[in-house]
Amino acid sequence: MMIIAEHLEQTYRSGDTALTVLRQVDLTVAPEEFVAVMGPSGSGKTTLLGLLAGLDTPTRGTVRLDGHDLNRLSEDARARLRAEKVGFVFQTFQLIPTLTALENVLVPIELRGAAGPAALHRARELLDRVGLAARMDHYPAQLSGGEQQRVGLARAFAGEPRVLFADEPTGSLDAETGATVIDLLVALNRDARTTLMLVTHDPALARRARRVIRLAAGAIVSDTPADTA
Amino acid sequence: MSGRFALVMAWRESRGNRRRLMLTVTAVSLGVAALVAINSFSADVTASVRSQARSLLGADVELRSRAPFPDSVAAVLDSMSRAGVAVARVTSFASMVLAPRTGVTRLFEIRAVDGGFPFYGAVTTAPPGRWAELATRRGVLVDTAVLVHLDARVGDTVTIGEARFEIAGVVTSSPGEVGLRAALGPRVFLPARYLPDTRLLRFGSLARYRAYLRLPDDAAVQRFLNQHNALFERHRIGRDTAAEREDDLADALGRLARYLGLVGLAALLLGGLGVASAIRVFVRDRIDAAATLRCLGAATRVVFGIYLAQAVALGLAGATLGAALGIAVQALLPLVLRDLLPVDVAMTVHWPAVLTGLAIGTGIAALFALLPLLDLRRVPPLRALRRDFDADPRRRDPLRVGVYAVLAAALVALAMWQAPSRGIGAGFAAAVALTTAILWLIATGLVRATRRWFPTRARYVVRQGIANLFRPQNQTVPVVLAIGFGVFLIATLYVVQRSLLDQLAVDARPDRPNLVLFDIQVDQREGVAALVADRLTAAPSLTPLVPARIAAINGRVVDSILADTTGRGPSRWALRREYRNTYRDTLVASEQLVAGAWWHGVQTRGEPWRVSVEQDLAAELGIGVGDAIRWNVQGVPVDTRVASLRRVDWARFEPNFFVVFEPGVLEAAPQTFVLLARAEDPGRRAELQRDVVVAYPNVSVLDLTDVQRTLDRVLGQVALAIRFMALFSVGSGLVILIGALRASRLQRLREAALLKTLGARGRQIRDILLTEYLTWGSLAALTGVALATLASWMLARWVFEIAVRIPVLGLAGIWGAVCLLTVAVGLGTGREVLRATPLRTLRELSE
Repeated sequence: MMIIAEHLEQTYRSGDTALTVLRQVDLTVAPEEFVAVMGPSGSGKTTLLGLLAGLDTPTRGTVRLDGHDLNRLSEDARARLRAEKVGFVFQTFQLIPTLTALENVLVPIELRGAAGPAALHRARELLDRVGLAARMDHYPAQLSGGEQQRVGLARAFAGEPRVLFADEPTGSLDAETGATVIDLLVALNRDARTTLMLVTHDPALARRARRVIRLAAGAIVSDTPADTA
Repeated sequence: MSGRFALVMAWRESRGNRRRLMLTVTAVSLGVAALVAINSFSADVTASVRSQARSLLGADVELRSRAPFPDSVAAVLDSMSRAGVAVARVTSFASMVLAPRTGVTRLFEIRAVDGGFPFYGAVTTAPPGRWAELATRRGVLVDTAVLVHLDARVGDTVTIGEARFEIAGVVTSSPGEVGLRAALGPRVFLPARYLPDTRLLRFGSLARYRAYLRLPDDAAVQRFLNQHNALFERHRIGRDTAAEREDDLADALGRLARYLGLVGLAALLLGGLGVASAIRVFVRDRIDAAATLRCLGAATRVVFGIYLAQAVALGLAGATLGAALGIAVQALLPLVLRDLLPVDVAMTVHWPAVLTGLAIGTGIAALFALLPLLDLRRVPPLRALRRDFDADPRRRDPLRVGVYAVLAAALVALAMWQAPSRGIGAGFAAAVALTTAILWLIATGLVRATRRWFPTRARYVVRQGIANLFRPQNQTVPVVLAIGFGVFLIATLYVVQRSLLDQLAVDARPDRPNLVLFDIQVDQREGVAALVADRLTAAPSLTPLVPARIAAINGRVVDSILADTTGRGPSRWALRREYRNTYRDTLVASEQLVAGAWWHGVQTRGEPWRVSVEQDLAAELGIGVGDAIRWNVQGVPVDTRVASLRRVDWARFEPNFFVVFEPGVLEAAPQTFVLLARAEDPGRRAELQRDVVVAYPNVSVLDLTDVQRTLDRVLGQVALAIRFMALFSVGSGLVILIGALRASRLQRLREAALLKTLGARGRQIRDILLTEYLTWGSLAALTGVALATLASWMLARWVFEIAVRIPVLGLAGIWGAVCLLTVAVGLGTGREVLRATPLRTLRELSE
């Protein structure tokens, strides 16, 4: 299994009030599986994604990512694991404003300390693949939303991840641009044979997944193949 | 109605930002603190001087002369004394003092005192009460430094000239004296009745003769001075009264305070730049809110008023904080300036200074805030609907020009108010404008160069760290500017001080003498020369000194030139002083001929003798080559003609002369000799001094390495005061830096969380930040050091006329310190960025 989550629970405390965002989540994801996570705002989708990626430690429960028990790893060790095996696509693109498109794509590779001509070649190839060959030296502010997200896609695949987490990748885009981005995401994913976990509101997007998990109030309410969604 | 709405909205609008905004206005706080502190302190000092006026002089009137008082003046003093006026005489001169127990000898100032001086204020001694005992006891009192130098203690015997005395105690404080004074020229106080025993005052000895009088009131002082004015004038006797001394001192200290205040003003202006830059970021955050208000029907001036009110309130808050801080600093200043102050300063809070500081701080903050705030007037309401809709940027805003004009006028007015004189104020304003412009050019140039020659091959963390300097809405230039200005002041001071001391560094120059023997009498010169030659390898050189005065220039006697007060005649100082001339047949290394010709061969009989005059003195006297000077050499008239003008490098410890005679005429005149020698080994120098003093008690030996150390101390004291004020500028820069870091806090948190999500480890994030702060500090230091190098080169070349030496290691030290500071402040401010866990941060930021 690529991902095994057991009895996951997450509670945030602010002052005297405690807010439980996830409760008793059990989940397994196989290699190369394409899973869509759906649910209303505040149902805990992003938190689940974050815990699976080791961005935070759960209040209770365990996560195994590609065989590693995340609870047993330090924050830096989890970061190293992400640098080697995990890719991310964000709703708000999250490009670094001071870096060019090409430099943004290079970041995951460079964080791993693997920069070099081969990495540069791969980053160029990816940008070419998402149709931005001519805009590699532009800064994020000089790119449209769709273009920025395409840079985001190239960056997500740059490190050749085993797992890709996408958090509403089309949430900030209009329908047409969103569709282009999704086509690219699916195509890149198929070629790279990456495990893909995608959080979305968009039923059309969810239908392209093999499996759909629905969350409500922090708990899984259904986990079905996409066809029956 | 709309005014009230603006105020209420201003209050509501500032909610949630107040702490962050408060930080930005503290940029003016340090400047206000400096101004309040220095101006309050100045008032304190003036008050102290006024209240301690009489003890500053120790008497009501001082008479002084470079020669013993002539009989006519002595008669006046005696008659005053007989009439019941207290009269005291003090004779001071330099002499060697030997401590036989330790075998150490050194040159000190000897003060022969009588008649119960000082009349006002008390000399305190350890053990107590010894000053009064001088009247009855055969002993001397000394400054503490004398004991240190001689390695002696109270109770030891010292030899002064041909007499021996017991050290009866140490003078711990005497009224009206600067703390530094005792260290500069440590003194030995001797009862005047024993002065003849020393047999020290001989021909050519440099001594100062003073008489002090205690008179019943100011009217009596004036009556006494008026009555004898002609007599004193005729015998070149200087006069000083307690009131004059008080005014002079109050003026001098006020002047010092005002100069220091200018440095504080510079810090305040830099703070203003910081405010402008912080408010610019604030305005950018507020443009949407302003557009919404406009949409909802608020008039332009109401919207503008909302934000202006916030800016003024913040300015007031920042200035208030600064004023409070200033009062605390005021208490510190006496410690910094301790050795430069002749009075005990009592601290009181001076409300005028505090209120002025408040007003200036608020005004500067508001004026600088106005520049970015003006943009809010032009926010189109449509922007509330379409975010990308912006006002036409090309339209010139006449108000903006107005604000710039008001700012410039405020700068000039403030500088003139703070400076010792209007001219200096205007000069300072111009200098600030020029310095800021150059600093700005250097800062933007460096920032651009960094971007242009980006180290593309460097490690990722390095590149990311440097890229951070160019984040949107960055405040890199204002921060670099402000810190750079502080660095500039400190570095300039440092380089000039080093260059000055370097010029005088006798140790490092094997070709320069480090021992000067003077007051050698004609019959002693061979003996002394032999004694020195015996102990040193290099042959010593003897230079004759012949005292003389100018009797007439081009046939006009000096008195008639002096009496002519119309027009701009020659300077009185140059006409009246006693010259110490020499004669020789060659130029020396420190001289250069600039006009006329040096003499060769013997002068024809009957012609006037040829002299060479230093060029600046020639200008003072208004003479040139070919002009005639009649000298009065100890009563004998000698006619001379100016044969040449010389430029003299005075910045050397060598016997340099205003006037050099050709050989052949002064050889027979009464004269003394100066002997220069060099001994590398300090032990050898001490030995030589002792042997000379034992054999020739009247000959003085000056060890130039001591003089150099003393100068080092004096310059260090003055530099300390300026450096202390410069720290306010550096402080302002750091506050702006903190403000800039806080302003980009959200961006930084988001980026750190993102990078961690992408797999960055804590160390990598830290390295990125470290690189950013290091670059920031380096740019600031480089900017300051670059301008400092330029400024000190100009100062050295045109003001001090010395060779500049750039102390690379010291400047590197300043650089390092600045980098350390920026890194410490940056990492201190950015702790949460390092600690942020990615998921929580991303969640919080997206809320």
